[in-house]
Amino acid sequence: VRTLSEHESKQLLAAYDVPVAPERIVATPDEAVAEASDLGMPVVVKLTGAGIAHKTERGLVRLGLDSEAAVHAAATELLAAAVADDGAVGLLVAPMVRGMREFIAGVHTDPQFGACVMLGFGGVLAEAVADVVFRLVPIDGVDAFEMLDELRGQRLLEELRGEPPVDRAALANVLCGLSRCAASRADVVAIDVNPLIISDGRPIAVDALVELADTGAAPR
Amino acid sequence: MSARFAPDRFRALFDPRGVLVAGVSSHPAKFGFVALHNILSQGYEGEVYGTNLEGGDVLGVPMLRSPEDLPAGAVVDLVFICTPSGANPELLRACGERGIGAAFVTSAGYGEAGAKGLAAQEALAAQAESLGMLLAGPNGQGVVSTPSHLCAQIVAPYPPAGSIGIASQSGNFVSSFQNFACASGVGVSRAVSAGNAAALGVADFLEYYAEDPTTRVGLAYVEGLADGRDFFERVRGVAARQPLVLLKGGATAGGQRAAASHTGALASDDRIFDGMCRQAGVTRAETVEDAFEAAATFATQPIPRGPRVAVITTAGGWGVVTADAIARSELELAVLAPDLVEAIDARLPPRWSRNNPVDLAGGETRDTIPEVLELVAGHPDVDAVIYLGLGIQSNQARLMRDGRFFPEHGLDRIVSYHERQDERFARAAADVSTATGKPILTATELAVADPDNAGPRTVRETGRVCYPSADRAVRALEHLWRRARYGAHRA
Repeated sequence: VRTLSEHESKQLLAAYDVPVAPERIVATPDEAVAEASDLGMPVVVKLTGAGIAHKTERGLVRLGLDSEAAVHAAATELLAAAVADDGAVGLLVAPMVRGMREFIAGVHTDPQFGACVMLGFGGVLAEAVADVVFRLVPIDGVDAFEMLDELRGQRLLEELRGEPPVDRAALANVLCGLSRCAASRADVVAIDVNPLIISDGRPIAVDALVELADTGAAPR
Repeated sequence: MSARFAPDRFRALFDPRGVLVAGVSSHPAKFGFVALHNILSQGYEGEVYGTNLEGGDVLGVPMLRSPEDLPAGAVVDLVFICTPSGANPELLRACGERGIGAAFVTSAGYGEAGAKGLAAQEALAAQAESLGMLLAGPNGQGVVSTPSHLCAQIVAPYPPAGSIGIASQSGNFVSSFQNFACASGVGVSRAVSAGNAAALGVADFLEYYAEDPTTRVGLAYVEGLADGRDFFERVRGVAARQPLVLLKGGATAGGQRAAASHTGALASDDRIFDGMCRQAGVTRAETVEDAFEAAATFATQPIPRGPRVAVITTAGGWGVVTADAIARSELELAVLAPDLVEAIDARLPPRWSRNNPVDLAGGETRDTIPEVLELVAGHPDVDAVIYLGLGIQSNQARLMRDGRFFPEHGLDRIVSYHERQDERFARAAADVSTATGKPILTATELAVADPDNAGPRTVRETGRVCYPSADRAVRALEHLWRRARYGAHRA
């Protein structure tokens, strides 16, 4: 199994209609500052590379950077934090996506049932809360809407503390996109979209990780 | 998807013109005796033969040495095998030669008994296939088919006739479901224990049930699945044709697996199985009671058109607790429309609840309950009714009948009045349900506390389930609503 970098993962998912924030990959702190100014502050800067999986746990994500100085400093520190096992690394610069609600969506290959699509409430408490629902690939729009309906925390899909209700059709569309991706790419072993932040009611993939099988890499 | 086995082939197993019991014993504790006894004692009308090595006769059936000794004119479609596994290849060969179309194998010593047993099992399946013989088992408990009065099992019971088709990876659950059928009166069409499923698996039986005109609901117990994806496709095909209730063992075994991805860490066997059932339109039950009651409810109640439930109760607390159970479910408590409140007002003193639950608050007279049932169930804002309080009068009647004052002091008259009333109420619930096409579920603990009470007894006589608690009625109704909604989403 090999993992795609965050950026490659998002590019793959974007091809299946999973909404992702615009982002740039650069090599130096100066380039990071230039892209941040272009995208508009505040931004997020992350260390990215095919060998890097658990960025949050390693402190490789810097959020809410709102000045050129802050971006430069964060970028410099991140490059310094890279270790040999990470392989080739770069800096990912993206606009800061804001939203109180975080979902997790993904694909899992079950030994009995094969590829499954998942939706759940996400963020750092995702595994503890475990409000998740699965379907077997492929799903259709009806299955996707029923997945939304089955989450226990329905209140979190409604209008919440000044944020509009979750656009159910847009969220269902993410699940259908993940299903299409898993169905058409035999080499996809797992997909994590975590978090999938609800910003202004609509889901945006803020981090993503795709695992591919080493062999059989040809699309179905 | 077409079934792996054509429906015609199952006739030899479920509706055989004659049965040969192989390995009959003269000892009433042995399976080979019990099987013959059960076939002979439950009304099976086909020809019955037996083989063993001792000869003589058992239960009036002369014992043959082998299938080759069957009389020339004998018509036998099913061989029920109780012989040691070592004898089976020769037995099967001889049965094949006689044109026997199906074998049910109870013998142990196959796949459950290690590598050597597994090899013997595979050889048995291959032999049956080459003989064109349908093979159920090995290591199974038997097959029941009420249209043919066939009780070919090495265990009890024999259930009443009905429309539930049972298939199980564990023979004990076939017995459990049939015991519930006996107790509730909601009957069974076919039942089979798949045993080690050398050839026929649970999904094969369920696919046959979907084609079988006498089976209207499938009910199955499964543990491990050899091919989950194949099982999914097949149960989805079955559920598209008839309600299918699954009870899964080992739902929590395995649990979360070590996985690199967060998605994988959240993927447990139970959650994926649950999603699979919902995607397939299959009703997944949590317990054995839940499984049987779901199937029995599908078999005996109309499917609700919506989730709005009205509760009718003769006493407050029951209604409140039932409303709580509805609130926890995917059902909704119906809102009583002003015209319905007004219509009930005309029949009850003002202390009734004027809300859902419809609490009659002891204000009912002779005809109130049938009338209110009709008004509430007939209203367009109500999709289903749960009726509580049946049997109270008969419970008092029982105390009077058993007491030392009976039948003096007018007790004989009041006792029979009370019992007639509960009979009327139970019949009204069934009649109004049929007339309106809406489910009306009756719940009282008297269903188990005193099954002979005129209330629960009459519910059984109407062919329906008297639920032992409102919670279980809510749960059963929720299963019906989920299936209705699944269909509506895909219409």
